[in-house]
Amino acid sequence: MTVPEFFSWLEGTALAQGVSESTWLFPTIETIHVLAIVLVVGSIAMVDLRLMNLISRERAIEDVLADALPWTWGSFVVAALSGAALFISKAATYWLNGPFKWKLLLLLLAGLNMALFHALTYPRLLTEERRSPPLRARCAGAASLIIWLSIVALGRWIGFVQ
Amino acid sequence: MIREFCSWLSETPLSQALQNASWSIPTAQTVHILSVAVVMTSMAMLDLRLLRRGAAGPSVSMTAQRLVPPTWYALAVLAVSGVVLICAEPERELLSPAFTIKMALLLLAATLTYVIARGVKARETYWDERPIAATSVAVVSLLLWVGIVSAGRWIAYVPQY
Repeated sequence: MTVPEFFSWLEGTALAQGVSESTWLFPTIETIHVLAIVLVVGSIAMVDLRLMNLISRERAIEDVLADALPWTWGSFVVAALSGAALFISKAATYWLNGPFKWKLLLLLLAGLNMALFHALTYPRLLTEERRSPPLRARCAGAASLIIWLSIVALGRWIGFVQ
Repeated sequence: MIREFCSWLSETPLSQALQNASWSIPTAQTVHILSVAVVMTSMAMLDLRLLRRGAAGPSVSMTAQRLVPPTWYALAVLAVSGVVLICAEPERELLSPAFTIKMALLLLAATLTYVIARGVKARETYWDERPIAATSVAVVSLLLWVGIVSAGRWIAYVPQY
């Protein structure tokens, strides 16, 4: 199965047909997508800004993380599922959309940045007795913030590019 | 009258400049959504704390003191980016039933947030001592904020008056 064949198969599934044919289903799923993304970005920004030592300086980083992460993961699952439903309704069109491709790439980058932070920076952060985060933690926070701001911007741009 | 105001507004130099720059609307919308992210996350966390779930913290007051200040900054950015969007496309916003609903819900949500803040100011443990009131306030507040974000997205889909 080639890529175009795969996309036309996707677009032909009952769910994709339902989303593209209904007048209210696409905006409804899109609304759920926006609500979920808003919570993903808001909760991630809390952690990022703490890592950059800009907010909640009196709170331990692990407390801020523990507060935020359930929100991040819970809403990320909703955002991914609703995003997939929107995607398959016009799979071939989205696949050729520049901002959409960049958005996917940046999502991968955000995941990579988070994986690196949790594997390398975070364990050392916990063992070190210091109040302000080290440079590598601040960089991880800044990188994550910039990536997520760009993801939101690219998501908005999908609808403005032909 | 609103129609006249819209056509007057769309003739202003600011509106003309925004209409002529194709990147202005998605940029303002991106800024708007990012500030919605701050407000929505803070309010959702505060509401869940009122429901005695989610983000911990010894009291509702302490959670509120942590979450409310960033919300004010974000609300200012929201207002400015919202006004920019109205200037760029006056008819799309001001003649949309979804926009009217959004503003009405916003007024209710602001009033309710003021009520929550009043309780916090009155007594450190005000909401912790009133579980039923806290639950009701939190559920209504959550519904209002979800309604505001939803109405905002539906401005793009609901037919104008």
